[in-house]
This record gives sequence, structure tokens and C-alpha cells, in this order.
Amino acid sequence: MAKVMRVVSQLMAFRGKFAMIRSELVQKIAADNPELSTKDVERLVNSFFDTITEQLAKGGRVELRGFGAFSTRQRDARVGRNPRTGESVNVPSKRVPYFKPGKEMRERLNF
Amino acid sequence: MSDAGTLTRADLADSVHESLGLSRADSAQLVESVLGHMCDSLADGENVKISGFGSFILRDKGERIGRNPKTGVEVPIAPRRVLTFRASQSMRETIAQGS
Repeated sequence: MAKVMRVVSQLMAFRGKFAMIRSELVQKIAADNPELSTKDVERLVNSFFDTITEQLAKGGRVELRGFGAFSTRQRDARVGRNPRTGESVNVPSKRVPYFKPGKEMRERLNF
Repeated sequence: MSDAGTLTRADLADSVHESLGLSRADSAQLVESVLGHMCDSLADGENVKISGFGSFILRDKGERIGRNPKTGVEVPIAPRRVLTFRASQSMRETIAQGS
């Protein structure tokens, strides 16, 4: 049984390698909204993602119920190492983007 | 820096309303449609890759033994699928610099 589950899970992981890319998202929305030009749908999709990025750059959050929440986290400065030369480099503190999937999304992924 | 607050669907709909000049109702419906298609792909086991933004990546986790941290009782954690987000290089740079 465990073996079967493992194979199923590997198959699902393989399926997960397929991806919907930006242009396919645009096509799907354009197909749902024939009254809009492709240019407009592209502007819509750009506006959607740019607004999220800009809000995060301002230090804010974006919460999309049912999908998830985007926020940023502070990373302290640290001494890193160039993996090729082994040289130490100072990595300054910075903010990094973070996404936490919503409850409904998590449940939907597992039926 | 951190008083930028929280945006919701309504704010994204406002941006769409302003940049496309569509009605607020249509803008809200389109925002829903963007999210809906992303959710559907992920629910179908398909990753979502948005160039210039980032990738939503599904990962399948095997079964493992967990422990209730309060009681110490061992409980099996069923195999499950989780969603992770990896921001694009350009988003990382924009956010590291702030505004």
C-alpha cells in the first residue's frame, strides 16, 4: 500500500512539472472575455501582478482570501561565502518576498 | 516602511479599474478570474509560472511521523501536496531595494 502511494505521489510530482505560464493565463482570461482585446488582458494581468509587487516593495501585505497572502520578511545581514573561491562576502540585511497559501487553497490541493 | 498596510482583492480591482478604465464591477470580476485560473491550474496539479513575478510550485510530501508538541504523542502525518512560492529575481531585487 505504501509502495502504491509512493508511486502515485511520484506520478503527481511529475504532473506538477507541467506549468501554466503567463501567456497561457492571458489566453484563458481572453477566452472568457471575448469583448476584451488581448492587449487589454495583458494590461489586466500586468496590473494585477505589478500591484502586488509594488505593495510588497512598500513594506505592505496583500491578502487574497481563498488563495493566500503575500508579505515580506526581514533577513539579517550575514557573512556569506563565494562558493567558487571560498572568499567571505558581507551580505547586507534585506527584505525578501514571502507567500503563505490560504486554508481553502491548501484544502483544495488535497481534495 | 511597514505602515503600507494590507491590500485585498478590492484594491487589485481598483488598480485594474484605473489602468484599463473598465467599470469597478467588471474589474472585480476580472481579478476573480485571474485568481480562479491560477487556483484551477494548481488544483489540477499544474504549477503556475509568471515571468517577472514568480512561480507557484507544488510539492508532494511523503507520509511522516509527527509529534504533538504539547503532549509528545506521535501521530502519522498523511502524504499531502503543498504549495510554495518562489519569487522571480526581478521581484527579489525590487523588494530588497524597497521604495
